[in-house]
Amino acid sequence: MQDLSLHILDIVENSINAGSSRIEVRIVADEKADLLKLLIADDGRGMDEEEIEKARDPFYSSRPGKRIGLGIPLLAQAAREGGGELSIQSTAGGGVVLKASFTMSHPDTKPLGDIAGTMRMLQVTHPEIEFVFEHQRT
Amino acid sequence: MKLKPEDLDKISQRMRATTNLREGAGRVKITVHMGTCGIASGARDIINAFLRHIEESDAKDIIITTSGCAGLCSHEPMATVELVNEPPVKYVDLSVDKVEKIFNEHVMGGTIVKDYALAIGSERIT
Repeated sequence: MQDLSLHILDIVENSINAGSSRIEVRIVADEKADLLKLLIADDGRGMDEEEIEKARDPFYSSRPGKRIGLGIPLLAQAAREGGGELSIQSTAGGGVVLKASFTMSHPDTKPLGDIAGTMRMLQVTHPEIEFVFEHQRT
Repeated sequence: MKLKPEDLDKISQRMRATTNLREGAGRVKITVHMGTCGIASGARDIINAFLRHIEESDAKDIIITTSGCAGLCSHEPMATVELVNEPPVKYVDLSVDKVEKIFNEHVMGGTIVKDYALAIGSERIT
């Protein structure tokens, strides 16, 4: 993935496949703390503890018949390389909150990319889903 | 920031209106494969190219959506074009130029672009 807007698109596709009807994407660029924070929250079917644990394993997918799932491992790698981290909070049936952080000044933090293009494309192709998007600079 | 939160609402309303229009009247369904493999190989540019052509043609009977990985990651970006009452055709190794040809000839003209289609039986999925 070249930039974070593509990672976001990838993760939101997971939310769509999990049957979500409302998906939030929040980006906070905290200049003082030198931290870029990303939050993606959905109201889909959620993940149990075992699934959360396995989600970082590239050789795991929740889809039947699929042996590889790279979306979350690649974002986790991007966060790690950018001096940040990734966390997933969820309960089965209760949606998922995924958070990723990046050190803004870190040379390996990927650029944000065309985030507006990602959000527009998602809304156009999935008009039945309510997307909430916020991009703050503090 | 070019996109404001209220813009998403507007897009959503506009698309809901056209989706309603299309219900029962959908002539073509375009599915762009938007798995991790597709996104990493440029699927967002492919879908944006289709959207641009749809907008320019002013067609109201085209449904465009996304799906996950189809198991042929090395052939991404891929899209499936399905005309009503006809079998779906998978197009592989797409580029923005190929999308233009597929849109003009298959989506609008009804003729499959054989050169870009996935040949049946040419790939093992397992």
